[in-house]
Amino acid sequence: MKVSLIAAGFCALASFAQAETPTLTIYTYDSFIADWGPGPAVKKAFEPICHCTLNFVGTGDGAALLSRIKLEGARTKADVVLGLDTSLTADAEATGLFAPHGTLPKMDLPVAWTDPDFVPFDWGWFAFVYDKTKVPVPPTSFTELAKTDLKVVIEDPRSSTPGLGLLYWVKDAYGDKAGEVWKSLAHNILTVTPSWDEAYGLFTKGEADMVLSYTTSPAYHLIEEKDATKAAAMFTEGHYMQVEVAAKLKASPNQALADQFLAFMLTDAFQSVIPETNWMYPAVTPKDGLPDGFDMYRPTKSLLYSADEAKTLRDGALAEWQAALSK
Amino acid sequence: MTLWAGGAVAALLGLLTLGTLAAVALRAGGSVLLSVADLSALRFTLEQAALSAALSVSLAVPVARALARRRFPGRRWLVALMGAPFLLPVIVAVFGLLALFGRHGLLNAGLALLGLPGVSIYGLHGVVLAHVFFNLPLAVRLLLQGWRAIPAERFRLAAALGFSPADVARLIERPMLRAVLPGATLAIFLVCLTSFAVALTLGGGPAATTVELAIYQAFRFDFDLGRAALLAGIQFVLCGGATLIAFRVGLPATEAPGLDRPVERWDAGAPLLRLQDAVLITLAALFLMIPLGLVAVDGVPGLLALPAPVWLSALRSLGVAVASSALCGGMALALALARTASGRAAFDLAGMLPLVASPLVLGTGLFLLVNPVADPAFWALPVTALVNAAMALPFALRALQPALDRIEATHGRLADSLGLTGWARLRLLILPRLRGPLGFALGLAAALSMGDLGVIAIFAGPGGATLPLQVYRLMGAYRMAQASGAALLLLGLSLGLFWLFDRGGRGDADA
Amino acid sequence: MLTLEGLRITWPDFTLTADLTVPSGARVAIIGPSGAGKSTLLAAIAGFQPLGAGRILWDGRDLSPLPPGQRPISILFQDNNLFPHLTATQNVGLGLRPDLRLSPVEQDRVATALARVGLDGYGARKPGALSGGQQSRVALARVLLRARPLLLLDEPFSALGPALKAEMLALVRDIATESGATLLMVTHDPRDAERITDQTVLVADGHAAPPRPTAALFADPPPALRDYLGK
Repeated sequence: MKVSLIAAGFCALASFAQAETPTLTIYTYDSFIADWGPGPAVKKAFEPICHCTLNFVGTGDGAALLSRIKLEGARTKADVVLGLDTSLTADAEATGLFAPHGTLPKMDLPVAWTDPDFVPFDWGWFAFVYDKTKVPVPPTSFTELAKTDLKVVIEDPRSSTPGLGLLYWVKDAYGDKAGEVWKSLAHNILTVTPSWDEAYGLFTKGEADMVLSYTTSPAYHLIEEKDATKAAAMFTEGHYMQVEVAAKLKASPNQALADQFLAFMLTDAFQSVIPETNWMYPAVTPKDGLPDGFDMYRPTKSLLYSADEAKTLRDGALAEWQAALSK
Repeated sequence: MTLWAGGAVAALLGLLTLGTLAAVALRAGGSVLLSVADLSALRFTLEQAALSAALSVSLAVPVARALARRRFPGRRWLVALMGAPFLLPVIVAVFGLLALFGRHGLLNAGLALLGLPGVSIYGLHGVVLAHVFFNLPLAVRLLLQGWRAIPAERFRLAAALGFSPADVARLIERPMLRAVLPGATLAIFLVCLTSFAVALTLGGGPAATTVELAIYQAFRFDFDLGRAALLAGIQFVLCGGATLIAFRVGLPATEAPGLDRPVERWDAGAPLLRLQDAVLITLAALFLMIPLGLVAVDGVPGLLALPAPVWLSALRSLGVAVASSALCGGMALALALARTASGRAAFDLAGMLPLVASPLVLGTGLFLLVNPVADPAFWALPVTALVNAAMALPFALRALQPALDRIEATHGRLADSLGLTGWARLRLLILPRLRGPLGFALGLAAALSMGDLGVIAIFAGPGGATLPLQVYRLMGAYRMAQASGAALLLLGLSLGLFWLFDRGGRGDADA
Repeated sequence: MLTLEGLRITWPDFTLTADLTVPSGARVAIIGPSGAGKSTLLAAIAGFQPLGAGRILWDGRDLSPLPPGQRPISILFQDNNLFPHLTATQNVGLGLRPDLRLSPVEQDRVATALARVGLDGYGARKPGALSGGQQSRVALARVLLRARPLLLLDEPFSALGPALKAEMLALVRDIATESGATLLMVTHDPRDAERITDQTVLVADGHAAPPRPTAALFADPPPALRDYLGK
């Protein structure tokens, strides 16, 4: 009883506060709002511009973010959703909850961007990261990797977006032969983890020779730890991309504010924060350029399915993966 | 009044488990079918849980027997520390295990030195090994309780009759084990059924898919609520069936502290037997303590470099743990009192419900229930405390119920004859007499709550992160060293909380 | 006056019947072979044992609907008559108020009761720090304060030595006499019965017989009692 009274008091206070300054609610993945993530800096930069309160709500990872929106449906309190990626956008679009964005500035993406609703804010290439002191000669392709005895950790495509990215990577590179490639890689796969955190942890603890991560991962070690031993293996098949996007919700009462945020998202104030907090490439290269280490690994060929292709191919690719690795 | 309170707690637990499942199922609607992959997940889940339970218990028998008949310095500490694996966040414990058994772990390094081929931990055996690591201590504690329940007079009689250790085993220990083992096995089987991260990470691939992972996939990637609810329902029925069996056979009590004194034994003096017990205890201690030690060693450098928000999260987690512990103690007490007063098994069963619920379904269902009426982010910490309390409840109940029954058996009639009822009975008889087991139960609940990621990940708002969540956030931001430091902090705080509560319960233990 | 009216206590393999009255102020021994149901009879009167049939009346009032604590009864069991975590004062105080919220006047009465049983100055001790005889005295001090008209003793002194037991029984007799309480006392020792009771109920063969004068009963024991006494 007492608790519900406290809650009622809290709600009354909250609505009172709301009358003073408008609040923009953004649902995002959890690591975005960590104290060392981009969230705090973004909040600090945007609030003086919009004269509003920026309210980040964290919900696990990107997939959890989408399921949260689906759970809440049209009644969601979110004005903007930030942090879905291209493997999820078709599903997100199908909910009919998202509104089209306005015109976008010129962006520095390796692929053309045509999605009407979702605005990219950062992107990266998936890559296998290794330790140069332990793997002197890295493989240069999936087929080369299959010929070695190197042990890699990958993420499960059923529970993590990098895992799903790898699934599309192999599918995009090898098409109908993807199943065979997975079979040939089975002996290299040390284990499959539920998410990126565990996989990368296993790698840094020395358990695996390589881990599925991003081409920008070595930059973290170089900049934050002054450790130049980590590297990304460049594959001749090309590298699959992850593009992280945001969009506003149709039902949001704060349409203008949401548009203002999406526009702000592609300005320097937001974009310059991204490289050294999210460790991804910003969608628009900041005026001062990219930090050292971000130019170390630039694949010549970028792979990316459109949202619809990704959705169509997913179940088949997943079945191939499962069949090949379930031995 | 006792029945009302107990009934209210039972209803709350029903809502948290069956109610959340119903909320998810109702939201889904329509009919669903299970895929072939789901069926093989089901098979793997049952297989690994059965193997893990059987192995944990069969290893626990010799270890518990050795601990039961030996006294040595540090025994109390060893028994207390053995609870630690059970309290650790899963991924931290896995890293500890890998430091010992992994590709570049101590074991393989040792084998390489000897010129022997290495061993791989990944596969079904790795999953079982990890589950044994988590649950062997639980099994040992359950069995120790069984040994302690054997009256000291019986060993005296055995000595007077000149029993050999084999005679003691056959005539005294075996009947006890027959009563205790089925319950202990099933308790561990249940704990292993909802395993998810351990099974996948150490299973080595999609062949090691458990039902809980299939539920996760159904939620997160397919957004197939119907399938999630169906899978959770199947898991519930499986667990429920096992629980009913466990219940019929009789689940043993968890440890009640203060009784942790080995009885005088006259049958165990032979040097060979001493050696055997010493080897067993040492091996078990090494198996459990080396990974923990490695976690600690790994964490020390990061501990000094922890960013301020992590310390704040630690405070927040402490708050949640203390609240959760109080809630758990209150709920367990209400259920146990109602069970004692009414003699109805329904209260026991209600207390077992949290053990059989899928954490994911519970969290999502709760979200579906809370979201229409309140802001989930605002309720994140209270809900986390409540769910953690419910999750620890089955274990707390195992500690309280037998002790409460003992109190009623020895002093219940006296209290009745004096008209000692209601609050006065609770204040003057039950709480003082229950102090030891209650301290143990509160400590266990606090420590479990400390380490549990719980529903906070689904409900979390800005700045509401608990310490386990920060461990994952640090890992998610490449900060492995700090994550290890935060994990060590978590381990220390969990054990510290447990020690404080447990000790509080043991002070002033007269008569 | 205590009346057991058509009393029947049933277990699967055992039945005890009783149809008797005990006058107010009487001191009655309950004697009989082991397992005959002496303690069960006491438990029924105190409200711990459900009745198969019949009624238990005190001064014409049916006790059946009353829980144990509200019956006009004080009872001492074979053991566990004190709470080990409470002090002697607290254990005695329970006889006045079960919630132990005692007024200064009531606290004085507790001290007086302790002094009456010879335990002046022992109030702060817990049972663990008292001898067996002293523990019995604490329990008796509580009986004194409860001042219920019916006192039931289920061999509470059986663990004491002969001299100490005699001392306690004398104390019980004094207390019963002072307060005019009716005493029902289970015993297996005929000397106890002869020492402080004037009447005796024989429990044997599933039946509790109406009380008879103790001296007369032992002078001419019925067959069941003769077997028990081994005469």
